[in-house]
Amino acid sequence: MRVKRLLSAGLAALGLSLAVVGGAAAAQREVRVYNWSDYIDDQILKDFEAETGIKVVYDVFDSNEILETKLLTGKTGYDVVVPSATFLSRQIKAGVFQKLDKSKLPNLVNAWPEIYKRVAQYDPDNAYSINYMWGTTGIGYNVDKVKKAFPDAPLDSWALVYNPDNLKKLKGCGVMFLDSPEDLLPSVLTYLGLPPDWSDVENVKKAADHLAKLKPYITKFHSSEYINALANGNICVTVGYSGDIFQAKTRAEEAKKGVNVEYSLPKEGAQLWFDEMAIPADAPHPEEAHIFLNYMLKPEVAAKNSNFVSYANGNLKSQEFLDDGVKGNPSIYPTPEVFARLFTVPTIEDSKTQRALTRAWTKAKSGK
Amino acid sequence: MTDVLTPDPEAPRAIAQAPDASPADVGGGRWKRAALIAVPYVWLLVLFLAPFFIVLKISLSDTVIAQPPYQPVLDLANGWRGVVDWWNGLDFENYQILFEDELYVASYLSSLKIATISTLLTLAIAYPMAYAMARAPKSIRPTLLMAVILPFWTSLLIRVYAWIGILNPEGLLNQFLLWTGIIHEPLYIMNTETAVYIGIVYSYLPFMVLPLYSSLEKLDETLLEAAADLGSPPWRSFWQITVPLSLPGVVAGCFLVFIPACGEFVIPDLLGGSETLMIGKTLYNEFFLNRDWPVSSAIAVLLLLVLVVPIAIYNNIQAKELGGKA
Repeated sequence: MRVKRLLSAGLAALGLSLAVVGGAAAAQREVRVYNWSDYIDDQILKDFEAETGIKVVYDVFDSNEILETKLLTGKTGYDVVVPSATFLSRQIKAGVFQKLDKSKLPNLVNAWPEIYKRVAQYDPDNAYSINYMWGTTGIGYNVDKVKKAFPDAPLDSWALVYNPDNLKKLKGCGVMFLDSPEDLLPSVLTYLGLPPDWSDVENVKKAADHLAKLKPYITKFHSSEYINALANGNICVTVGYSGDIFQAKTRAEEAKKGVNVEYSLPKEGAQLWFDEMAIPADAPHPEEAHIFLNYMLKPEVAAKNSNFVSYANGNLKSQEFLDDGVKGNPSIYPTPEVFARLFTVPTIEDSKTQRALTRAWTKAKSGK
Repeated sequence: MTDVLTPDPEAPRAIAQAPDASPADVGGGRWKRAALIAVPYVWLLVLFLAPFFIVLKISLSDTVIAQPPYQPVLDLANGWRGVVDWWNGLDFENYQILFEDELYVASYLSSLKIATISTLLTLAIAYPMAYAMARAPKSIRPTLLMAVILPFWTSLLIRVYAWIGILNPEGLLNQFLLWTGIIHEPLYIMNTETAVYIGIVYSYLPFMVLPLYSSLEKLDETLLEAAADLGSPPWRSFWQITVPLSLPGVVAGCFLVFIPACGEFVIPDLLGGSETLMIGKTLYNEFFLNRDWPVSSAIAVLLLLVLVVPIAIYNNIQAKELGGKA
């Protein structure tokens, strides 16, 4: 769900211009929210408007990069934005956000301390953001095609996709990997038995060399195409975001073409990521933004949202309101043992390190 | 670029003659003319030159974690000192990076290669199309022209997505070929360079067809009749009369395809595989993955230089041709 089609970005731009026109006409209280596409239950926005009388102008984006570019350019006009934690960390340092006034967020008592503790590595003292959703990066696969190509496949391990001999067997039915070094390289490091810290350039070069060996068997690196490709049966295995793969599963079920998609959280450990709600420093309606954040922190609201989008949230109290299919699914809410093996990656701040990492990544992908 | 779009050699002469036609109103006419000419100049200055200088300036800056993510930023509050500090903060470091790493040169070369091959393929397909259109009965020509323009009414993205549906292993093309029994295993065209060529040729075909059509349509048919009367076989008339007279259209069409194809990003991203190296993609990585606005600006400036050279050569040739005729 983190990177969507360019198409939806275009539609979002259209929506924005319409929204701005509409906003100018009505002189009432409003809050402008900029969130990922397909990432909310619309009913929540309607309920919020009915309860508070504050109009919500809701726009969507399709990648962290687009959001970051807007934030760094300044004057976005938005009151609430939802960057991923690794991006948030750097944006805080660039002075993009304002500190939250926690006296206006009494519902923070519902927060899940475990999640907020992990997020604190990106947002010290959780001063600038509240958690919206969190998820993992793992393996999505087409059950029948993998079974046919590779009957005794190790489905619960990174070896399925990162062992060259295994991947070779799956080449014929299609393989796609995320086109995002930050989300893919840590899992390659894990498979190689190295620490998942992708700011270690030497280790990353080893991971990139390993990836180059896998390249002949990889159909494509792309960060959003795999959703449809998996749902249509064009590929049989992918490394992708949990929620995206669940979305592929849902689409495949709706299409009724007999495509059966599953998500696997590898036993060696996987990457944990967080999407955070924050208020830009130049937000036009900071007061309404706090009211909106406090509303989103209500347990019933957070649960309603998670039930709709199939992602876990950082609201501990909300768990009693969750559907069994969400709460009981260990791929969405991992067991405590699995959760302990999930890792986070640091934000890269030094531009030379960043350049070296991107370079190693390009080399692994293109051979140049 | 205006020369590229108006290959008609008569047009400039007609404009040049206009002042002589009415020498009486020179005083008021000059101001009117100046005002008229000022419109495109202001347009170019505001919408092309000013952004270009902003990009050029960013390409000489250094990247920082801040808002905006580069420095120095011109601070007029400090008066003259601010301007001096700003000027001293600019350097050519980013251009050095582009030449130190083979990646950038390889991307430029690969883009030029893909653009050249696509342009030739487009020409090969567009020429017969334009020829057939120009020779078609006058009554159906507008319909044919409409058919060429019609795809523009749909977003480029949607048309490229449609090609994914056609080319992928489970797609229409493979289903059809498997059904006819021509092939027994699906063809893997999707995510290869072949798919990129198909996408570019398809998307840019109208840019080639339209200028070709406009120069072929103007072709004086009496020349061909005269050639036939003098015993020239049709193929020879084609090579010695039709082709040379359609050259302005060929050149204009080639530029209209080649230049945007060089910087193409969407088509290789959606249809190409990971080994398809193009400068558009490298620029995207630089801007979004490295968050390095200065280096990506340097790539853009250099790309502009690479493209300005062939345009300048073309303009030069055309100017000489016009000079020769006058």
